[in-house]
Amino acid sequence: MDKFTALTATAAPLNIKNIDTDKIIPARFLKTIKRSGLGKSLFADMRYDEQGAENPAFVLNQPKYRSAQILVAGDNFGCGSSREHAPWALLDFGIRCVIAPSFADIFFNNCFKNGILPIALPEDVVAKLMDDASLGTNARLTIDLERQVVVRPSGEEIAFGVDAFRKHCLLNGLDDIGLTLEHAPAIDAYEAKQPAWMPKI
Amino acid sequence: MARTLFDKIWDAHVVDRMEDGTCVLYIDRHLVHEVTSPQAFEGLRAAGRKVRRVENTIAVVDHNVPTSPERLTETNEPESALQIATLEHNVAEFGVTYFPMSDERQGIVHVVGPEQGISLPGMTIVCGDSHTSTHGAMGALAFGIGTSEVEHVLATQTLLQKPAKNMLVRVDGTLHPGCTGKDIVLAIIGKIGTAGGTGHVIEFAGDAIKSLDMAGRLTVCNMAIEAGARAGLIAPDDTTFAYIKGRPFAPQGADFEAAVAYWRTLPSDEGAQYDKVVVLKAEEIVPQVTWGTNPEAVIPITGTVPNPADEADETKRAQMERQLAYMALEAGQPIAGTPIDVVFIGSCTNSRIEDLRQAAHVAKGRKVAEGVRALVVPGSGLVKKQAEAEGIADVLIEAGFEWREAGCSMCLGMNPDKLTPGQRCASTSNRNFEGRQGPGGRTHLLSPGMAAAAAVTGALTDVRELI
Repeated sequence: MDKFTALTATAAPLNIKNIDTDKIIPARFLKTIKRSGLGKSLFADMRYDEQGAENPAFVLNQPKYRSAQILVAGDNFGCGSSREHAPWALLDFGIRCVIAPSFADIFFNNCFKNGILPIALPEDVVAKLMDDASLGTNARLTIDLERQVVVRPSGEEIAFGVDAFRKHCLLNGLDDIGLTLEHAPAIDAYEAKQPAWMPKI
Repeated sequence: MARTLFDKIWDAHVVDRMEDGTCVLYIDRHLVHEVTSPQAFEGLRAAGRKVRRVENTIAVVDHNVPTSPERLTETNEPESALQIATLEHNVAEFGVTYFPMSDERQGIVHVVGPEQGISLPGMTIVCGDSHTSTHGAMGALAFGIGTSEVEHVLATQTLLQKPAKNMLVRVDGTLHPGCTGKDIVLAIIGKIGTAGGTGHVIEFAGDAIKSLDMAGRLTVCNMAIEAGARAGLIAPDDTTFAYIKGRPFAPQGADFEAAVAYWRTLPSDEGAQYDKVVVLKAEEIVPQVTWGTNPEAVIPITGTVPNPADEADETKRAQMERQLAYMALEAGQPIAGTPIDVVFIGSCTNSRIEDLRQAAHVAKGRKVAEGVRALVVPGSGLVKKQAEAEGIADVLIEAGFEWREAGCSMCLGMNPDKLTPGQRCASTSNRNFEGRQGPGGRTHLLSPGMAAAAAVTGALTDVRELI
């Protein structure tokens, strides 16, 4: 996993509530055995028409947002399925940070496993960032994870919360499995105490 | 201190606790399918790791298997075939128990787990699929995870988690005839919204929940995720134990009695505290149907499509307008009588024998309306076999339904069963998102009886008029 420390980039506004994972990446693109290459299918049904041509009105098709690395979105972003293809598609497109008033739990969790930082902020604050984002490349946002602030183009700093353990993993690009295996003796001890009735598959 | 069902299961599975409160949580059952596992096995292989506990792990193919009667001999779509072949290679290499398409136990992972006695009360159960919440109906803490976590569980048999908050949804009273677990859960989502349960585990309780059979309970917990909850839970009781007894992977004989003694300690203690409580009256629930493109956009079948003009919030109004345009519905029109093109009875929400009985009860002696395609897709090969033995299959086939093989089918556009753009479908599945059943497809979520009523009348219909 790539580290996430600080990022200064264009933010794309996507002012829609309940962006579900089927919108982020429709199920027909999940038939892959790889993690990479999903960026071209990100938001496919909004981004392309039925013939596969780009919909010029969609935000990520506009020249000023093609290299956006931050997404500012509506409430309950990432609701629906558990598909990690959603963060994989965002990452493959180049998105490293999503800001929204709230996120669905599984998506939120999946982001951290892939070096994407999801930031939940109050609705009125997100509205300000949505305005910043609408200025395109002229108004880049800075995300400083170490200091836990979003810096607006005006220089105003907005503090955000992040779980201490997840922050540590993101800053250092750490693999969870390696960390958990440090608890192997505790896992062994737990398994040794399983009740006798516990069936095996 | 008085604890909830969730607290008790959580506490019993904490292996280790870190300073910031993150827990190493033990996982009793890991269900694996073809779509969200290839990258996880690849990660294990790259790191030289093994599956820590194959005896806690089961694999099945469901998402992209065809459901046609000829599927064992016909050629699948190449990308789907590769995912299935990859799973088969992985389970062989890592030694995981697997139900292939040719096995009568194959089916939708969330139907197979309870049916086989693999999913049991008090367990922690995970799967790379959000509808893992289904298994909460067994009195288990069950939730969906992403592929990185699938790899984490394969390698360590644990997850790193912080506890969720407790939410109680109590449904008091007695359901009207013709109303089901599906109507209860749609009514709940309509009330609390698609993010109403975010950060919480919902415990469903009350007389209307207790009086549901296991299929009805599985339907309710299945859709807990559509309310944004991490998991749904129902306290295990005699209905649960009777269901489990004798199932192939359940404890047998004295072990079963020992297990039941433990399971009886699990229900929430008197006086246990919840962070949020919501109460519904079963008597106020009538058959539900969705009108929009998320499950909270739901109304009674006796209702009318809402009018965006009545919505004060500008963003919400715009979204309602978008939903109406996508669904090709007019504000204020009665939802009953809306003509449909396709009926889908199946999915991890409603494909169990009890669901098929409800559909057959409505379809008996009637015919699928002209121009309507109606599919019945049993949740497992064993459900299919039982339905054939009970004569249900004959009733449905006689009425003009397609009788298919087990799989996820038209719940999600990942296999040959898809809507074409503009088609309107009465569906017993769980998600009415744009394009969920195929690009441009329009989904109305409802119960199996309501789906059968739509099939035989050719339009959304109050099932109570036909029973």
